[in-house]
Amino acid sequence: MDLTGYWEVLREYPVLHAFWVNITLTFWSGLLSLVLGTVAVAMRISPIASLRLAATFYVNVFRDIPLTIVMVAMYSVVWVSLGIEFSDTFTTNFYILAVIGLGLYHGSFVAEALRSGVNTVPLGQAEAARAIGLTFIQSARIIILPQAFRGAVAPLGNTLIALIKNTTVASATAVATETSGVMAAMIENRPDHVILIFLTFAIGYVIIVVPVGVLITHLSQRLAVKR
Amino acid sequence: MIEAPLAPDSLAVPETSVSSTSSAVPETYPVVEMKDVNKYFGQLHVLQDINLTVDKGEVIVIIGPSGSGKSTLCRTINRLEPIDSGEILIAGQPLPQEGRDLAKLRAEVGMVFQSFNLFAHKSILNNVTLGPRVARGISKDQAEKEAIALLERVGIKDQANKLPAQLSGGQQQRVAIARALAMNPKLMLFDEPTSALDPEMINEVLDVMTNLARDGMTMLVVTHEMGFARRVADRVIFMADGLILEQATPQEFFTNPKTDRAKDFLAKILEH
Ligand SMILES: Nc1ncnc2c1ncn2[C@@H]1O[C@H](COP(=O)(O)OP(=O)(O)O)[C@@H](O)[C@H]1O
Ligand SMILES: [Mg+2]
Repeated sequence: MDLTGYWEVLREYPVLHAFWVNITLTFWSGLLSLVLGTVAVAMRISPIASLRLAATFYVNVFRDIPLTIVMVAMYSVVWVSLGIEFSDTFTTNFYILAVIGLGLYHGSFVAEALRSGVNTVPLGQAEAARAIGLTFIQSARIIILPQAFRGAVAPLGNTLIALIKNTTVASATAVATETSGVMAAMIENRPDHVILIFLTFAIGYVIIVVPVGVLITHLSQRLAVKR
Repeated sequence: MIEAPLAPDSLAVPETSVSSTSSAVPETYPVVEMKDVNKYFGQLHVLQDINLTVDKGEVIVIIGPSGSGKSTLCRTINRLEPIDSGEILIAGQPLPQEGRDLAKLRAEVGMVFQSFNLFAHKSILNNVTLGPRVARGISKDQAEKEAIALLERVGIKDQANKLPAQLSGGQQQRVAIARALAMNPKLMLFDEPTSALDPEMINEVLDVMTNLARDGMTMLVVTHEMGFARRVADRVIFMADGLILEQATPQEFFTNPKTDRAKDFLAKILEH
């Protein structure tokens, strides 16, 4: 393999910047999915049937549709057909569409992870909260959800790892600067280096994901509620 | 030793009309009134025509075989379980529908569970201050001052900064009592508060409850601790199959039970 030649290729393309784009996509869509997932799980444990139904509907729809289809729809349905625009700048608009698509999709997984966390909270906790006079919202906010989060660190972490890797589907929403877009361009122009190009991106993701995995294992033990 | 007080003459309790007494004395309502209360779990008729009046300062012990509806009765009083028919009044007020008003009412009825149910992620101190701060909006300083005093009263002041899991069962249950007391309840409900405890811890909890009763707290206690019932109860209620079969002073009930079910039950429970 021609390593010196490949070094030239690497400097020609914005590889590091591409990874940075995926990291920021992870951050914003992760934040959005955390908000959506938390709201959805709160609705699912609420005493109001219509809220429970709406949340169940949301979770099932986005958990069951393939991510690629969600992302293509953000581009072709939301932007092209419905003409919904978040920014005058094309690239910013596609970026925001990608964040929303990723957030909606992963929000359903966050909701499921949190629901497994809710299941780790004994029923008596909510009863005791009601018995001292907390309203449903107070009891969800102060008693149930904090314990649910701490009991759901592992599945939430798995969702985060999936999200990190899934941000590469943002190219389906025309975000061209992220890793899979850049990688595709590199392979197309320098097929002579295809193996090294693949390895570069694969190793890049391993370097990002491994510490996240270690951190999750550590946190899920440290944060677990002692009963 | 205190003498078993005389049976409260429930017929002497004024009816719930305000006009019968001078308006300067608003405390004419019983703390709890259950009128013809019925409740079903599906086909199962768990509470059958329950009529029960609890007066201020009264200590009532409910006994009866497992599955007879004792827990359910307790839980209907602060509407943790809704009822299907009849009426429940707390200090003359009907139980409101689920929502803010009900939350407010629940704050005035303390409840102690068999399994303690302390908030597992909160310190002992925070367990006790949470209700006053969140449900009543009392300041942190004020709530903590009162909580420390309550923890001292139940003998757990030194553990204020620990988590529930670091305490023994007996200590956890005493914290649970302090947590309920922090809301200044009109009434305390105890659902088998010592059933989940190791034998050596039962007395520390019963002692706290006995002191509470002597301080004049109105209490409804489901328990199998017959010694406690004899010493502390003003009235014993015997339940079986969703019915109140007997109501009497402890002395009367333990020496002269009227129904076969009660005789049977007492024979079994006093055997071991
Ligand atoms: N949430 C529930 N759903 C269905 N059945 C219940 C429920 N809670 C209690 N029961 C049933 O109601 C009956 C009375 O229960 P409970 O009030 O707990 O009795 P006790 O406290 O006297 O042992 C039992 O047969 C029990 O199985
Ligand atoms: Mg019970």
